Amino acid sequence: MARIVSLADGIAELVHDGDEVALEGFTHLIPVAAGQEIIRQGRRDLTLVRMTPDIVYDQLIGAGCARKLVFSWGGNPGVGSLHRFRDAVTHAWPVPLELVEHSHAGMANRYVAGASGLPFAILRGYAGTDLPTVTETIKFVTCPFTGERLAAVPALNPDVTVIHAQRADRAGNVQLWGITGMQKEAVLAAKRSLVTVEEVVDELTPVPGGVVLPGWAVTAVAPAPRGAHPSYAHGFYERDNDYYKQWDAISKDRDAFTGWLGDLVGSAR
Amino acid sequence: MTDHTPDEMMSIAAARALRDGQTCFVGIGLPSTAANLARRGHAPDLVLIYESGCLGAKPDRLPLSIGDGVLAETADAVIGVAEVFNYWLQPGRIDVGFLSAAQLDRFGNINTTVIGDYTDPKVRLPGAGGAPEIAASCREVFIIVRQTPRAFVEKVDFVTSVGHGSGPGDRARLGLRGAGPTLVITDLGILRPDPETFELTLTSVHPGVTLEQVRAATGWDLKVAPELEHTAAPTEPELAALRALKAA
Repeated sequence: MARIVSLADGIAELVHDGDEVALEGFTHLIPVAAGQEIIRQGRRDLTLVRMTPDIVYDQLIGAGCARKLVFSWGGNPGVGSLHRFRDAVTHAWPVPLELVEHSHAGMANRYVAGASGLPFAILRGYAGTDLPTVTETIKFVTCPFTGERLAAVPALNPDVTVIHAQRADRAGNVQLWGITGMQKEAVLAAKRSLVTVEEVVDELTPVPGGVVLPGWAVTAVAPAPRGAHPSYAHGFYERDNDYYKQWDAISKDRDAFTGWLGDLVGSAR
Repeated sequence: MTDHTPDEMMSIAAARALRDGQTCFVGIGLPSTAANLARRGHAPDLVLIYESGCLGAKPDRLPLSIGDGVLAETADAVIGVAEVFNYWLQPGRIDVGFLSAAQLDRFGNINTTVIGDYTDPKVRLPGAGGAPEIAASCREVFIIVRQTPRAFVEKVDFVTSVGHGSGPGDRARLGLRGAGPTLVITDLGILRPDPETFELTLTSVHPGVTLEQVRAATGWDLKVAPELEHTAAPTEPELAALRALKAA
């Protein structure tokens, strides 16, 4: 059974310096509160994993928490670039950032392999692109049955996966719905997992299209109301598009970002 | 002639290219605008597929991101991201992949990764997203992009997604099953690959645009089709639909 913990205790216990950490979420249910708690607790040398690093990864990178990013698309959705990410890549500010770059299909299959307990996954992908020339975790294999040449990508097995969900019951069974991205696979692929939730309820009622992660497959659950803001939680609150637009100006300027970071670190959630 | 902007002409020309009943894998931004415009107009049964897992999304306003709630609420099915790529895209079930580009070369290869050298880039771009496999596996690919000498380059700095590689036969050699880019829609005109050389060739210019303008906006020696067409100007209903969509 997953334990119910506070967000601060969950991060302190489960996320360590040097860990490979996946905070997954595909536009929806992004674990922003958990990412900001990692910044507050001053983690360093993390390998951050995510298909679509957006604002909270920009914040983690700008705060100097990460030394490596494993990803497939890094941007501020609907707005433009991640300036802290760009500054780290092009100017090593505040610290250098190593990139491991895939496509969405490649990353998704890396999680599937990780969740399946397999060493690698195959897909029809990457052929003819320059990605295999810069990313060591893309190789090609020959199908033993048809002879077809296919891309192979190694499993992702993060030390810890953090996701946000709508709710959990008191036994730590987790329920999420709407766009659920790769969260199930990312949790099952990880050695440890922390799920932040909008609310803890006595009983989970079924929801169409919902995903349930049994409590015995999750390490810990932490209540974090509005924990996905400025992204959204289907059925709870809408995406705060203005925040995404405002982030552009904050992240563009090192001083503005440093001021923002000071406010975050000085504040308790 | 209707009073319209080059961007409006681009979106309308792109929407016209989609046929009713097709399935379309939609990239965010310009492709999403065009696909939604088509669905509101001549192609009400166009099936919009977003990589966030929304199959058959019917948004009543333009989504800001590929994972907006309105896509999930209106979709025929909401599925996981691995499923979108493995079960729906990879087997070749999708007719049209609709993409954009930061750089595009004469063979329709797309760069959305870096400008300059990969290890010491001038500009770091967002990266691949779903595009490499969309470009590989959809039956055909449409590309919508504003035409400038910086975007239309002789050779892309990084091949994020393969168009026609370095010419005839390359897609087959690489095992890419779809036909690749068949249409490039810009704010100045329309380009298609030459049937023999596969080089992107100007086949239509938009109203009020001169051939010289298009050449000046192209970073290679642009070939022009022998029978150059003139894109029909947007109709009042097309413009009204586009403006209503953008205002919603």
